[in-house]
Amino acid sequence: MQARNARIGFTLFGIYLLLYGGFVLLNAFAPETMEATPIEGVNLAIIYGFGLIVAALVLALIYGFVCKSGDEPGDGKEAGQ
Amino acid sequence: MTYEASTIAVVFFFVFVGITLGLSFYLGGKAKSSEGYFAAHGQIPWFVNGIAFAGDYLSAASFLGICGMIAFYGYDGFLYSIGYLAGWIVALFVIAEPMKRLGKFTFADALDATFQSRGIKLAAGISTLVVSVFYLIPQMVGAGVLVQPLLGFEHWVGVVIVGVTVILIVVTAGMVSTTWVQFIKGTLLVVFSAILTVMILIRGFEVADKTADMEFHDSLSLPDSGKVEDAQWGTELGAVGFYLTEAPSSVIAEGDHWYVGFTEANSKLNHFWRVDPLEGETGQVRLSPALLIVETSDGEKLLNGQPIGPDAGDQTLAPVGRVLELPGNKKETGPLGPVEFLKTLQNSKVETWRSENIEDPAHGTTKAYYARETLGSSVLLPGEHPRFKGIRGDDPLAKLNFLSLMLALFCGTASLPHILIRYYTVKDAAAARKSTIVGIACIGFFYVLTLYMGLGAMTSGSMDVTNSNMAAPLLAFSMNEWLFAAISAIAFTTVLGTVSGLILASAGAVTHDLLTSGFGMKLNDGEKVRVAKFASVVVGAIAIVLGIVFRELNVSYLVGWAFSVAASANLPSLVMLLFWKGTTKQGIIVAIVVGMVSSLGWILLSADTFEKVYGLSGSDALVPFSQPGIVTIPLGFVTLIVVSLMTRQKGS
Repeated sequence: MQARNARIGFTLFGIYLLLYGGFVLLNAFAPETMEATPIEGVNLAIIYGFGLIVAALVLALIYGFVCKSGDEPGDGKEAGQ
Repeated sequence: MTYEASTIAVVFFFVFVGITLGLSFYLGGKAKSSEGYFAAHGQIPWFVNGIAFAGDYLSAASFLGICGMIAFYGYDGFLYSIGYLAGWIVALFVIAEPMKRLGKFTFADALDATFQSRGIKLAAGISTLVVSVFYLIPQMVGAGVLVQPLLGFEHWVGVVIVGVTVILIVVTAGMVSTTWVQFIKGTLLVVFSAILTVMILIRGFEVADKTADMEFHDSLSLPDSGKVEDAQWGTELGAVGFYLTEAPSSVIAEGDHWYVGFTEANSKLNHFWRVDPLEGETGQVRLSPALLIVETSDGEKLLNGQPIGPDAGDQTLAPVGRVLELPGNKKETGPLGPVEFLKTLQNSKVETWRSENIEDPAHGTTKAYYARETLGSSVLLPGEHPRFKGIRGDDPLAKLNFLSLMLALFCGTASLPHILIRYYTVKDAAAARKSTIVGIACIGFFYVLTLYMGLGAMTSGSMDVTNSNMAAPLLAFSMNEWLFAAISAIAFTTVLGTVSGLILASAGAVTHDLLTSGFGMKLNDGEKVRVAKFASVVVGAIAIVLGIVFRELNVSYLVGWAFSVAASANLPSLVMLLFWKGTTKQGIIVAIVVGMVSSLGWILLSADTFEKVYGLSGSDALVPFSQPGIVTIPLGFVTLIVVSLMTRQKGS
């Protein structure tokens, strides 16, 4: 179960790393792309920034739900060692 | 600015501190063993622990520093929000559960669980202490910065009040009470920030009335000599405002621009403008409002060469931060939705303030603040702050510096000792996971609010141009005094809470890692708690002293240090130990030492430190850019792998 949790963790971490990395690299090497105002007159910098915050929460929730089943007893024992 | 102590704020502050201390005494009665002192018996409910994570994490730097930075530079402050939150992803997905399974009390315990090595304990203990102390300095500085305007005390009084209160909290109860303090504080901070944000949206934007001395003047012609000194005011350069028809009382040349002062005929007060050549138009200049502030050798503060004070004939430092133009030339917007708010600002023009040190022949080195007309679309993009300016240019080193900072923020969170110890306060890995999720939700929501609070402050017309840390409290003051009192009191408890968590982490490091394990001292349970309490007092006293000594230093700058050092020293060993079986104890020890020394060394030799700490020229700095992370974090990993491979071969 631990290995499974770790695998899920790494996958989600990879997804977030891509999102965050994309944000940082865009800002560093193509800052003009952030000026675009694709939705409701709000620029990409803000949309992407908020998006990163929301993505962090969504991924965390996914992790919480997926890991939830069946690992409680094992963890309890581990912690008691 | 001149502040008057607010009775409501004073009362609120003492009520808050009273409740906090009372709670800590009450709960402290329940924690007698060392298990209870350091890890709250592992019995803190996960939800409470999650909010306490937020309480621990949302320090004075987050609340005051980020809001202030957004208020002065716009989006750049929000970059810190994004980076700080992203760090939690590393903590949750990579570190949280394995850490919980490995450790007992401290970060060093977790590292050492497989090796039982005295060297690891020592190295990890020292790095915990170093990071905690670095993180403590900005909190203490923040405490002093807050207390001055709010309660009318001196800076050092504020530092001492916070220091003593925190020592009391930590000594009386340890982890149980600090957790509850953090829970209460975290809740209040988020709730009141939300209230403030709603009020900002309801207020909307309003174009401020301009006084004559706060007017911008565009496209004026210089005399043939190209020098302001030769200008005939009132004819060539004048007739554009009340003061400008007179001859200037002083002209200070500084590089390619000037500062000109005029004395008002009736009040005899001086007013300054900064004169800049207009780009691409020879002989044309523009005038922007400026404020010259200098502290004389006998400690008196002068504004525009005259004393600041409440009396007639004294200068007063006016609050700043105005909307200059709204879309469609409207005067005010009325209530706005959260998206509309951003959209409106995007199409507006605002006033932002910058500063530089100039040589005033009359008063020596003087800080000059000057206003800039700035497009809303520009403050909503990264690159306004001097530290981030490079990303709008072509200099690869500046871009590397930016990447380095973003990397340190990403990696730093999971390596902060006072965050790591919170994993031991819940009962199992599942609870650790759940509290991290609650923490992320709470912190993420708060960071969204920081953008609104910062931008709200930027346009509130209530900023203190000399002190960006005061942006959030002053914004609240522009709403009403009660909100101001509440926000200030919460800011205080923020400092209290974070400092107590840090002191506890340091005390744990001293007791467990250095004394018991490192130097092999035999201590029973009761002695351990006593030693830890003694260590808390000592670390607390050190923090008080450092808070007073470093009072001039920028708060977020110091936090950046702590993150870089934490990520470079702790993260490589933490990650490799958890995920690489080839890790050896020598590898861990050397990686911690190399990461810590290299990142510290880099910071001490950087242009930022040369300018802000040593007062030297930044161009003499010995490292190519200021943020160490992008070099020293990989260096830690490489060191660990190389040393591990070498020592493993020897062993087999």
